[in-house]
Amino acid sequence: MEWDWAFVREIMPTLLEGVKITILATILGSALAAALGLAIALLRRSENRIVSRTVGFLAEFIRGTPLLVQLYFIFYVLPDFGLLLPPLTAGVIGLGLHYGTYAAEVYRAGIDNVPRGQWEAAKACNLNGRQTWTHIILPQAIPPMIPALANYFIAMFKETPLLSAITVLELMNQAKSVANTYYRYVEPMTLVGAFFLVISLFSVVLLRWLERRYGKVER
Amino acid sequence: MTAWSGYLDLILQGALVTIKLTLMGSVLALIMAFLAGLGRLSRFFAVRALATVYIEFFRGTSIFVQLFWAYFVLPILGFELTPLQAGVLALGLNVGAYAAEVVRGAVQSIGKEQYEACTALNLGRWQGMRHVILPQAFLVMLPTFCNNAIELLKATSVVSLISLADLTFQAQVVRAQTGNTLVPFATILIIYFVLALLISWGTRRLERRLSRGLDGVRV
Repeated sequence: MEWDWAFVREIMPTLLEGVKITILATILGSALAAALGLAIALLRRSENRIVSRTVGFLAEFIRGTPLLVQLYFIFYVLPDFGLLLPPLTAGVIGLGLHYGTYAAEVYRAGIDNVPRGQWEAAKACNLNGRQTWTHIILPQAIPPMIPALANYFIAMFKETPLLSAITVLELMNQAKSVANTYYRYVEPMTLVGAFFLVISLFSVVLLRWLERRYGKVER
Repeated sequence: MTAWSGYLDLILQGALVTIKLTLMGSVLALIMAFLAGLGRLSRFFAVRALATVYIEFFRGTSIFVQLFWAYFVLPILGFELTPLQAGVLALGLNVGAYAAEVVRGAVQSIGKEQYEACTALNLGRWQGMRHVILPQAFLVMLPTFCNNAIELLKATSVVSLISLADLTFQAQVVRAQTGNTLVPFATILIIYFVLALLISWGTRRLERRLSRGLDGVRV
């Protein structure tokens, strides 16, 4: 089997269409994961034992089961309960939920790393709970965890091909469809791998920069 | 209630395939992790470069793409693989690359004085590694290996997309035959979760066993 550059040129626009959807899904998924992660981390610290235990168990459960099955669950089971989601929405919710539980651990570590004195100082300044969180704790907790969060978002990017299983037309699905149309697998599959490798390598550079910029904790 | 026992049988067969894949993939991953992890610490530039390329390549591209590449492209290049072989190969090489970084980190975390003691006792590089460094480093690796094994278990669900009859695949079969979505997917989610709990329980036991007699040695 020869590598055919003409064929590569022919399928490139279709694959680029897929790349766009892949990146869109990653960005939306990351935003959802960042928000959900914070919510899970805060709920796990709740005074109410029932709330913290339930959320903790659910997060453990989501982290212990495969993303693919969760995507199937959202895409195939929820319609039975009257909630029919378009594929991309279902995919973004799946990615956000799955990686939200990972992000929650990052938030937890970040919040635990804020020194006790800061909590006490907030109390001494007569700040209420809400003010303590928004003005004292989170502004100190979030910057050091940006690199770790970014790491998970890169991992999420590499999981987006799973969305092809629930018929999202992202990069992998476009590649599969052109491969099946022309019955040539070498070029599309290799190109998909190359796309992922290139974007991942770039994101590693970005990650190093984030680590230098935010990774150091100033005390 | 239509003959659920028959469908349960199908799902249990799938569970067996998933367990088999996880075990075989873990063995391959462990071998690759030590080869590449120690390779990155080698004295020889060529070995270091080879190990780095392997690690960056398999961490940089998605497991899904690697699996499709192994299943669809390798046959065209002349390597015919069964779905099980392709699955084990892709899972083992992918998770092995992540675990290799764990091996490297753990070996580097062992204090300098241990290496100096090896030299003082006139142990060769290999002897020192085998009898002094690795037994201590292995304990450091275990908790992360546990996470890697759970990641591998979760990644096995992807092989259902290359028509290997694992848990996820069987759940899809049951869904197609009964039209019921909730029962098969909820069942396999629970099975995956129980398997993940088993892995973390197993590694914790192993960790306790291996750290026996080391109290006070490790800080």
